[in-house]
Amino acid sequence: MGKRKGYFGEFGGRFVPETLMGALDELERQFSIHRRSKEFRGILLSYLKDYVGRPTPLYYAENLSGRLGIRVYLKREDLCHTGAHKINNAIGQVLLAKFMGKKRVIAETGAGQHGVATATAAALLGLKCRIYMGTEDMKRQGLNVIRMKMLGAEVEGVVSGSRTLKDAINEALRDWVSNVRDTHYVIGTVFGPHPYPTMVREFVSIIGKETLRQIVQKEHSLPDVIVACVGGGSNAMGIFYPFIRRKEVRLIGVEAGGLGIPSGRHAARFASGKTGIFQGTKSYVLQDEHGQILSTYSISAGLDYASVGPEHSQLKETGRVEYTYATDEDVLDAFHLLSKEEGIIPALESSHAIAYVVNHKDELKGKVVIVNLSGRGDKDVDHVLKHRREAHE
Amino acid sequence: MNKNGIVVTFERLKREGKKALIPYLTGGDPCLDKTGELLDFYGKNGASIIEIGVPFSDPMADGPVIQRAMERALKAGTTLGDILGLVRSFKKRYNIPVVIMGYCNPFLAYGLDRFCKEARLAGVDGVLTVDLPPEEGVWFFKELKKNGILPIFLVTPVTGKRRMEIIGRVAEGFLYVVSVTGVTGERQELPRTLEETLIQIKTFFALPVVLGFGVSDVKTIERFSPYVDGFVIGSAFVRRWEEASFTCEKGGIFEEFFRVIKNSFA
Repeated sequence: MGKRKGYFGEFGGRFVPETLMGALDELERQFSIHRRSKEFRGILLSYLKDYVGRPTPLYYAENLSGRLGIRVYLKREDLCHTGAHKINNAIGQVLLAKFMGKKRVIAETGAGQHGVATATAAALLGLKCRIYMGTEDMKRQGLNVIRMKMLGAEVEGVVSGSRTLKDAINEALRDWVSNVRDTHYVIGTVFGPHPYPTMVREFVSIIGKETLRQIVQKEHSLPDVIVACVGGGSNAMGIFYPFIRRKEVRLIGVEAGGLGIPSGRHAARFASGKTGIFQGTKSYVLQDEHGQILSTYSISAGLDYASVGPEHSQLKETGRVEYTYATDEDVLDAFHLLSKEEGIIPALESSHAIAYVVNHKDELKGKVVIVNLSGRGDKDVDHVLKHRREAHE
Repeated sequence: MNKNGIVVTFERLKREGKKALIPYLTGGDPCLDKTGELLDFYGKNGASIIEIGVPFSDPMADGPVIQRAMERALKAGTTLGDILGLVRSFKKRYNIPVVIMGYCNPFLAYGLDRFCKEARLAGVDGVLTVDLPPEEGVWFFKELKKNGILPIFLVTPVTGKRRMEIIGRVAEGFLYVVSVTGVTGERQELPRTLEETLIQIKTFFALPVVLGFGVSDVKTIERFSPYVDGFVIGSAFVRRWEEASFTCEKGGIFEEFFRVIKNSFA
C-alpha cells in the first residue's frame, strides 16, 4: 500500500469530475463503517453461502493434469450462481448501496457477466437497475443481454467510441454524474477511483481465502503457481490477494494477446502500455503518444479493455506478479481442450489462464498449479462457433 | 509579472457593470484552420474570455454534442501542441484571455512540466482539468501558478462545504459553477434551486462566479444574470457551429444565434 490514501505505490488515486468527489467520499465512509458491522457482514456471508453457493470447490483436474504432467487445480468460480465470480462483488456492492439508502444501481459490462451479476443482485435486493453495454459487446454476448432483461434490468446499448467496455464505463459515469444523489455505480472490477479498487478487492478476495484453505487441505502445502486472466483484474486480485505475502508462490496474470502484440490488435496493457490517467485512476493504459486511449481487441469481451486495476500496475512494477498474455488462437485451443478433457466449458476469459498453463507445460512439469476458472463458457459458445466458421471460410 | 488577463477582464467587466460572455469551442473541430476562423470571429465579436477544449478520446463529463466535436477534432489529428499553436497566434492578435480545458491524460502524455512552460509562452491564462481534483493535482497547479497561469475549478450543486474549502484553497481566476449534476449539454430548464446554490457559492468564495453546463438561451442568461459574473456557453454554440457546417458567415445559423446571445449581454 502506498502512503497516500487510495494509492498503490504511484498508481491509483481519484481522478474524476468534481460532481463525483462528494459521492466517493461518502462511499468510502459508508464502506468503512459497514464492512465492519455485524449486520452487513452477516447478511453478505449468508447470501454468499446460500445464494451464490460458496465456498466454490477447488477441483483437481485429473485428466488435464495427466495430459500435461502438471498437478492442475481449478478454482471453480464458474459454479457460482450466474456462472462467474462477478457475483461476489456485485452482491457486496448492491447490498452496500441498499444500506446506503440508494434506490438505483447502474453498472457497465463487457462480457455481460458483471451486468448479469448486478441485475441479479438488484432483483434479489429490490433496487432499480440499468446496465450499460457497448453494442459491439452486445453482439458478442447476446445471451447475457437476454438474461439481464429477464432479470428486470434495463440494458442500454452504447454506440459511442469503440462500442466496447471502455465506452460503457464512460456512459455509466455520465449517468452517475447525472443521478449521483440516488444512484450507486457498481463498478465491476478492481478499477476506477478510490475506494473502488480496495473495496472490490475486499469483496472478491474470498476466492483466494478459500483457495488457501483448500489447497493446504489437499496438498498439505502451498501451491507452486497460481494463474488467472487479467482484464480489469478482479478475479486475479481475488485469488492472488491472500498469497501476495507468501513469496514462495508464483503469481501469473494473463492478459488478452488478441491477434498478437505486433498486430496492435490486443489488450495487453503490460506488454505495450504506459502509465496514464483514465476513467478515474492512474495505471497502465494503452494509449498513443498524445495520450489518446487506444481501441483494444480480444476474442473475449471481458478482457477487452485499455487499462487495468492500479494495484496490478504496482504488482507489475514490484515484480511480485508476472504478467504475460495469450493470443486468441491459443485461447480457443485451451477452450476446446478443457471442454473435452474435463467436461468443463470455460469462459473465453478464463481460457486465457488455461492457455498459459498449456503453453508452459514443460516449465511447469510436476508443479502444483492453481488456475482461477473465473467463469463458465455457455455465454461464449455462439461466438466460438462463429469464429470457427469464419476461420474456415 | 503582469496581472493575469482573467483577473483584469473581470475587474473591467465589474467596473462596466457587465457579465462575461465565455464561449467554449473544441480545438481542431473540425480542423485547425476552421478553429482559427472561429477564434477570430469570437475575438472580433466581443467574447470576454475564450475556453478551448482539448479533444480526448473518452470525455466522460461531456454530452453528445461535445463528444462529436472531440471526435471530429481527433479525426483531424489535433494534438495539445496544435492547440497551444492556435492560442499563440490568437494571442498575437487579440488581448482576450484564453482558458484551456481538458482531461488529464493528454496533458500527462505531453509532460506537465513542458506543458506549463509552453502554455505560458503561448499566452494561456487559465487551465481547467475536468478530472483532476484539487487533491490530485497539487504539483501541477503550483507549477501553473509559477508560470502565471491560473488553475480554474468546477463547483457543482452537490459540492458540500468541506469540498468548497478544499477548492477555495487552490482556485484562482473564477469559479466555474456547473448548473446541474450531469454532463455538458443544452437543457430546457435549469433546477429551481439553482439561485439558492449560486447565492451560497457567491457568499463562500471571493472569486468571480460563472455559470456553465446547460446555458443555452437568452431566458437562462436573463434569469441568472443577477447571481453570477458571467456565463460559459458550450454545447449551444458547438451545435450551431456543426449545423452551420462550420462557418461563421453573416446570416448563417451559427452567426445569427451568436448575435442573439451576445445582445442579451449588452
